[in-house]
Amino acid sequence: MAADGVTARAHVLAPARLMAGPARRRVDWSGWIAHAILVVAVAMIAFPLYYAFVISTQTLDQVTSLPPKLLPSTNLFQNYADAWTRAHMGRLLLNSAIVAVAVAVGKISISLLSAFAIAYFNFRGKQFVFWMIFVTLMLPIPVRIVSTYQVVSVLGWVDSYWGLTVPLMASATGTFLFRQFFLTIPDSLAEAAQLDGAGPLRFLWSILLPLSKANIAALFVILFVYGWNEYLWPLMITNSPEMRTAVIGIESLVPRTSQLPEWNVAMAAAVMVLIPPVAVIVVMQRWFVKGLIETDK
Amino acid sequence: MKRTVFRNRWLPYVLVAPQVAITLVFFFWPAFDSLRLSLYRASPFGDRLIFIGLRNFERLVGDPAYLRSALTSFVFSFFVTFVGLALALLLASLANAKIQGLGVYRSLLLWPYGIAPAIAGIIWLFIFHPSYGILPWLLSFVTAYQFNWFLKGWVAMVLIVVAAIWKQFGYNLAFYLAGLQAIETSVLEAASVDGAGPIRRFFAITFPLLSPVTFFLFTLNMTFSFFDTFGLIHSVTQGGPGDATSILVYRAWKDGFDGLQLGLSAAQSVILMALVIVLTAFQFRYAEKKVTY
Repeated sequence: MAADGVTARAHVLAPARLMAGPARRRVDWSGWIAHAILVVAVAMIAFPLYYAFVISTQTLDQVTSLPPKLLPSTNLFQNYADAWTRAHMGRLLLNSAIVAVAVAVGKISISLLSAFAIAYFNFRGKQFVFWMIFVTLMLPIPVRIVSTYQVVSVLGWVDSYWGLTVPLMASATGTFLFRQFFLTIPDSLAEAAQLDGAGPLRFLWSILLPLSKANIAALFVILFVYGWNEYLWPLMITNSPEMRTAVIGIESLVPRTSQLPEWNVAMAAAVMVLIPPVAVIVVMQRWFVKGLIETDK
Repeated sequence: MKRTVFRNRWLPYVLVAPQVAITLVFFFWPAFDSLRLSLYRASPFGDRLIFIGLRNFERLVGDPAYLRSALTSFVFSFFVTFVGLALALLLASLANAKIQGLGVYRSLLLWPYGIAPAIAGIIWLFIFHPSYGILPWLLSFVTAYQFNWFLKGWVAMVLIVVAAIWKQFGYNLAFYLAGLQAIETSVLEAASVDGAGPIRRFFAITFPLLSPVTFFLFTLNMTFSFFDTFGLIHSVTQGGPGDATSILVYRAWKDGFDGLQLGLSAAQSVILMALVIVLTAFQFRYAEKKVTY
């Protein structure tokens, strides 16, 4: 690579720089500029959320008056209580939690098992199975809208937790991630387990699973967020208000042109819906970053 | 490849069974069914299907509204991906120094990833609100133009582009910052000693060395803007005003579920399928090559 030549030249030049050195010690402006830019970027990114929160604490009069007020007000409790009762928020959040956890746990379990089979066994049709899993990457929900709905209705799963979760559980990314990880584990471990008389399932449970903890956590964050925020699928597959997930259910609170502009209540609902996935990311940040990088491969 | 160490005749099949079952029932069956349905049209009473060959596709290709949707989709994805990445890269390069406490910034940048596009849309909908929003209010000091997205298609487009970029921005920025930190400063210093100015250094060294990051973010943002923004459109603009923000996925859903034109919607699904296959092929082709120089 060309970089070696460049570094070599830098070494040659280094003494010259040393000689010019001690006379002037300058303040490291670039560091300060970098901090200033990043602080501005962070503030710009945070502003819409701050604004949403501020609106959710105001009264209707404050929300609809200009100039906009950028400080929190006193109506917080009232707005959140209104949003909670009007949108049946308890039920919506429960549904979202069930879907997000079921999708994450289901996807992880299913892909862990299939990755184990693919990495640790030789069986007829293995190539075919691998290829099949790969192809699911090319078939996201928007690509099979009407037909997937029909399949689910044939099964009688419309408007149920089964319908909301099971069809989302196949995962190529999860399978590939675990398979890739299993391939880095030394063969001697499996051999040792066999010598000790442990069968494959025992090996999976007592050795592979504990070793996979970090990967499982990484996938969990990504999949929880995915399950919580999925929109098209729950919109298609549920029709009763009790089965709606939170992301869809709060739409009824967003004021349309002919309605009372209760944006304070709408923002209270939005804040409640966005807190769980954001909290999961913040709390599990280390695994989140790992997951982001590895699930795209 | 692993030296396979376990022998069992039926266990591997049991292990892959759940994955294979879900894949067959919810991925392959519907995909083939979409292919089949795309060749049919529902009878006026919706009780049976009439075979019409490729007429659904002919109708789509000849339909100005569908072509407009295709254009809308590409314009939307282009702005979200290119503007989003360009801004992130610009800020990241301006902030490129040995930064203390990068981890703290990373935490402060990554959280919007968790916000659903639909929720991001609702927040920005209010910021853009013609009567009460802070943005039209601020703009009213600069110009008398009415930035009313209820009436003007391009303002609605700006609204959804901004909401989508906002959600992705911190994430893009965090990846670029990490990428820049990994570049040897000695390379840049040497170029600087050789007389290359900051812009020359950026295009000759920084940008090529960042190409794996750019590639990763590019495919991610493309897929996001094409397929994961349905909720944003549905909760904010409903494809309007007119059909100014009616992206392909939204139209496919609307024709299928609102219009009950199953064949037509299935044909749109097939076109989208072709698009995903192209995107995936592109991704794997270049991911293999590890885009660096």
